[in-house]
Amino acid sequence: MSASEEQAVGAEGHAAEHHELPFWQRYIFSQDHKVIGLQYAFTALCFLLFGFCLMLIMRWQLAFPGRPVPIIGGLLGSANAPGGIMLPEFYNQLGAMHGTIMVFLAVVPLLVGAYGNYLVPLQIGAPDMAFPKLNMASYWCYLPGGLIMLASFFVPGGAANSGWTSYPPLSNIATSGQTWWLVGMVFLITSSLLGSVNFIVTIFQLRAEGLDFMRLPMFVWSQLVTSFLLLLAFPPLEAAGILQLMDRVAGTSFFMPSGLVVSGEVLEVAGGGNPLLWQHLFWFLAHPEVYVLILPAMGIVAEIIANNTRKPLWGYRPMVYSAVFLGFMSFIVWAHHMFLTGMGTAISSFFQTTTMIISVPSVVILSALLISLWGGSIRFNTPMLFALAFLPMFGIGGLTGLPLGLAPSDIHLHDTYYVIGHFHYVVAPGTIFAIFAGIYYWFPKITGRQMSERLGKLHFWPSLIFMNGIFMPMFVQGLAGVSRRLYDGGAQYSHAQGVLHWNAFMSMSAFGLLVAQIPFIINLFVSIRWGVKVGSNPWDATTLEWVAAPSPPVAHGNFPELPVVTRGPYEYSPPESDESFLPQNAVA
Amino acid sequence: MQIPYTVEPRPDTGLYNAKLGVWLFLASEVMLFGALFSALILLRTGATSWPHGYEVLNVPLATINTMVLITSSVSMVMSWAALRLGDFGKYRKWMGLTFLLGLVFMVIKTMEYAAKFEHHLYPSHDNFMATYFTLTGLHGLHVLGGMIVIAYLLGPGSKMWRTEPERYTNRVEVIGLYWHFVDLVWIFLFPTLYLL
Repeated sequence: MSASEEQAVGAEGHAAEHHELPFWQRYIFSQDHKVIGLQYAFTALCFLLFGFCLMLIMRWQLAFPGRPVPIIGGLLGSANAPGGIMLPEFYNQLGAMHGTIMVFLAVVPLLVGAYGNYLVPLQIGAPDMAFPKLNMASYWCYLPGGLIMLASFFVPGGAANSGWTSYPPLSNIATSGQTWWLVGMVFLITSSLLGSVNFIVTIFQLRAEGLDFMRLPMFVWSQLVTSFLLLLAFPPLEAAGILQLMDRVAGTSFFMPSGLVVSGEVLEVAGGGNPLLWQHLFWFLAHPEVYVLILPAMGIVAEIIANNTRKPLWGYRPMVYSAVFLGFMSFIVWAHHMFLTGMGTAISSFFQTTTMIISVPSVVILSALLISLWGGSIRFNTPMLFALAFLPMFGIGGLTGLPLGLAPSDIHLHDTYYVIGHFHYVVAPGTIFAIFAGIYYWFPKITGRQMSERLGKLHFWPSLIFMNGIFMPMFVQGLAGVSRRLYDGGAQYSHAQGVLHWNAFMSMSAFGLLVAQIPFIINLFVSIRWGVKVGSNPWDATTLEWVAAPSPPVAHGNFPELPVVTRGPYEYSPPESDESFLPQNAVA
Repeated sequence: MQIPYTVEPRPDTGLYNAKLGVWLFLASEVMLFGALFSALILLRTGATSWPHGYEVLNVPLATINTMVLITSSVSMVMSWAALRLGDFGKYRKWMGLTFLLGLVFMVIKTMEYAAKFEHHLYPSHDNFMATYFTLTGLHGLHVLGGMIVIAYLLGPGSKMWRTEPERYTNRVEVIGLYWHFVDLVWIFLFPTLYLL
């Protein structure tokens, strides 16, 4: 145990001296970044489970079309599933809301709202975020946004059903759930705007003494780039949302072309609008959003790999430069989602070139993480297992994206299950595995107790197998040309018959994945109370949250005294010292 | 617990927290209005017919409004300058004038809207009216938001002048930056919608 660690542990008593705030200020309308981070984490994990359950209902339908949904079939309502048999309209609602909930309400709030809020101030040695009140407001915009999305299931016609991308004119003429979706999105965008301003200001202004930019942990860098993406990419979607809201509520025609015929009748609108305008504005957000989903995950994995290989990260600087370059490039690749819209081959060529360029920094980061393993004496604990699994899983997701980024191959693969397989490999066994890794890794910091390793491994191995069981066959189906939007899983298409048997296999894997989460949920709740008690730095880590703060960190202020940084973030096994690691605040 | 650099600037960035915060917020606002202007360009270049703004809209009223907003930007700077010199009485006069000019702008805007509605020109009329109402409406909401903050700073928020004068001056500077930006958006809106 190093000197600074003893000091941190000895100061744990300070927390009790702090004057006690009333319950609602401490836990509900809290301005402490740690409590807000946990609020985000709890809410977003609930949404993650809910979004997963929506998908399970869909997977039942895909595997056994026309058969009543078991157990909860009666609860779905006769308007959605008469006799428990799902209607196509309801399947569309589930599809749109699964995507929306997973991206905007679960994964991004977990990565940025939860991890970012809890860890960024701790890792940069700051007493809190720069604007605690805005931070609180950010959560309280997020929660109503989420509740509006959930409530939309109960309005006439049900929730939004035009896909998570909400392409007009379909979404313009959709049922009122779409209006709720737009209002919910405005809340979520506001929340993310408040959060991103706060993160950038915090990282620029509140870094501890001596913590210059090239000493920032990778996780902080990833949050910084992510915040810039959220700050600059979300407003165009807000603009698009406002325009679509005007189309739906005030009867304008921003996205309505002239002479649009619906159900055999010409729509009575002014016309002259452009449906492609929505796609451009939407993907201007939604492509940077992909990097919002992956960069913080890479940050988490980098922290855990450096710690558990007991080595400095290989290529810290190239990784930082790659992350920044990735951020810039992500603003000029959006139209690779639109090769089939007829926007022209010249534009397609431009965007496929930028798409190939952006794959380079992603590969640099992944390679650096992989090479970091070289020659390390690796500790295979649960966080490390999840972090290690992230590498090949994200690798598969990334590499299968290349054929989608090239216009000629995308023409065949567009809108098939191949696309679903590709981005789920990035986000599900990629990002969500990183999220699990982070939960196991930082749980001792939050609670002062460790999660069970045995249950953790019982969570990891089945999850890894079932994830691949779900998503690998999607590539097979997609290459055979099965469209992603068929509510019967392709049963009525002759070209799909050869690959249909995979549907049941994938659905069984999905149910298996649900079962595999039970040890995690038990582990999470049991360990809060009965986990093994540990000191402030159980992993022998170097960064400030471990070496300068007790577990849990001091309420309102984090550190017994603000740390002074003397070295880089990953000084493991330093050759010049007998210590196995040098904390960032170790006296030189 | 005290959060560092809420009042004094951090030496290496040269900024206090709120000033960096508002610049970032304005960057996101540039993206918001930038997206809307891009939408306008795309719709207009693709349209079979698009009226000239001066044929449909009231250019004299909008010119007055442009003058009103530019003057309000000047009075905003004067109020901040007065506060920097420690003259709270003068600050209140200039800031009060800024609020009034904001109000005048909103009243004129309402008159314009009312005249359009009288002639049954609604957002659903055509894409020109749609962009006109959406862009000026959103801009009007920004003016209104600024006025609410100014009213707060002149009213209940002014207590801070006695306890933390430097922090209060910073707040005035921050709302000033926002106000100038809203002014600037109008400077772009006026020619694009009314003159071209």
